[in-house]
Amino acid sequence: MGRSADWGRIRAIAWKDLTAERRSKAGFYSVAALGITILVLFGFALGPDTRALRDAAVGALWLAVFFAGVLTFNRSYQVELDGGALDTLLLYGGGRWTIFTGKLLANLAFVMMMLVIVLIVGAVLFQVQVPAQWPTLLAVLALGVIGLVTLGTFYAAMASRSRAREVLLPLLLFPMMVPVLLAAIQASKALFGADLMQESGAWMRLLVAYDLVFLIITHLAFEYVIEV
Amino acid sequence: MASWKSHTLLDARDIARRFGARWVLRGASITVASGEVVGLLGANGSGKSTLLRVLATLLRPNAGTATIAGYDIMREPDAVRHNIGFLAHTPGLYDDLTARENLVFAAAMLGSPAADIDGALERVALTHVADERVRGFSAGMQRRLAIARLALSRPRVLLLDEPYSNLDTAGTVLMNSLITDTVDAGGAALVVLHELAPSAGVIDRLATVHDGRIASGFDAAEAEPRFALVGAD
Repeated sequence: MGRSADWGRIRAIAWKDLTAERRSKAGFYSVAALGITILVLFGFALGPDTRALRDAAVGALWLAVFFAGVLTFNRSYQVELDGGALDTLLLYGGGRWTIFTGKLLANLAFVMMMLVIVLIVGAVLFQVQVPAQWPTLLAVLALGVIGLVTLGTFYAAMASRSRAREVLLPLLLFPMMVPVLLAAIQASKALFGADLMQESGAWMRLLVAYDLVFLIITHLAFEYVIEV
Repeated sequence: MASWKSHTLLDARDIARRFGARWVLRGASITVASGEVVGLLGANGSGKSTLLRVLATLLRPNAGTATIAGYDIMREPDAVRHNIGFLAHTPGLYDDLTARENLVFAAAMLGSPAADIDGALERVALTHVADERVRGFSAGMQRRLAIARLALSRPRVLLLDEPYSNLDTAGTVLMNSLITDTVDAGGAALVVLHELAPSAGVIDRLATVHDGRIASGFDAAEAEPRFALVGAD
């Protein structure tokens, strides 16, 4: 009963967040548009040099996902703050961690969808070929997104209790995200370059360790950051 | 109703809470017995809503203790949440979900996905807009939907913050029926009020909050002459 009730709450929160975002005019499209704009701006900044574009493609792609993700995480809690829904949400019984897991799953789905769009646009803009080790690349992308969304969802909860949340979230998140971004960019770069030195494995192990540690810590600590 | 007044369902002692350097509650104590409805009156900023939020486990008190349905609000907050129904100033609904979806979500969160959603919507006369988004609802309709959500949880203790605001006459009747149903089933209610008229016949006892403390308490039957005197000049 306990586990099925917890799973029911997780599903309900994920469904509610995705439904509300899908219907909101300022939802997915504006976030995806930001991601694409960042890629285009990087393209302009780097100029017409094809090699420079290819070299910078992976970094530009991850930064586009990162900045658009920050917008997503902020919106995830804004839905709760509008009309005082957060209080109601906190008063339902059951573990607080179910709220976090539900929001985490919704944000994961949201950022994954955005990643697909950014990847397609990035591949066209930066003239990047799909590497032979594309299954490994998919794993790197998934691990990077899990790290980004885990920390983003957690720190957005913390920032949601502050009036300066739009400013606070990037300030809190940026330093914590450096290892994930670094590992994801280096692993992706290695795979796009055929990974002759077998570098991607080490970076992927770092990503797995980072994701596991922060998935556990954020689930345990969520209760303390969401309560006043 | 009087036969239910056998044991204390809400017992708050010396609750204190501050925001920054400002003490909003300075030792508020109140008890509510089963089968009893207590109204809280007081000026804006006197601490009524803060007291309700502390009792609802939404704010931690800086001092004092409280139990609801026998559970300590600090040590057993989850058990307290299972026993209370809290209605805040704001309805706490999701604008981009429909009325039905809001209730389906609430039922899932309450762990009772098989709840009678259609019946709840019918009770608050929102069946005709069940599949419309809440964004287009008037404040009164949103309040009705919040009442329907509150009823889904079948709480033992109602904590209501200005429950009659934005409600028309029919909505007021609905709110009063929710309160009487709860206390008739052996529950209790603590209701923050700004005016007495909508709650006439429902409130058993009144207490006034002044400067973060419960300043006085008196039977609701006494209240009308007092308030008539206040407004007489």
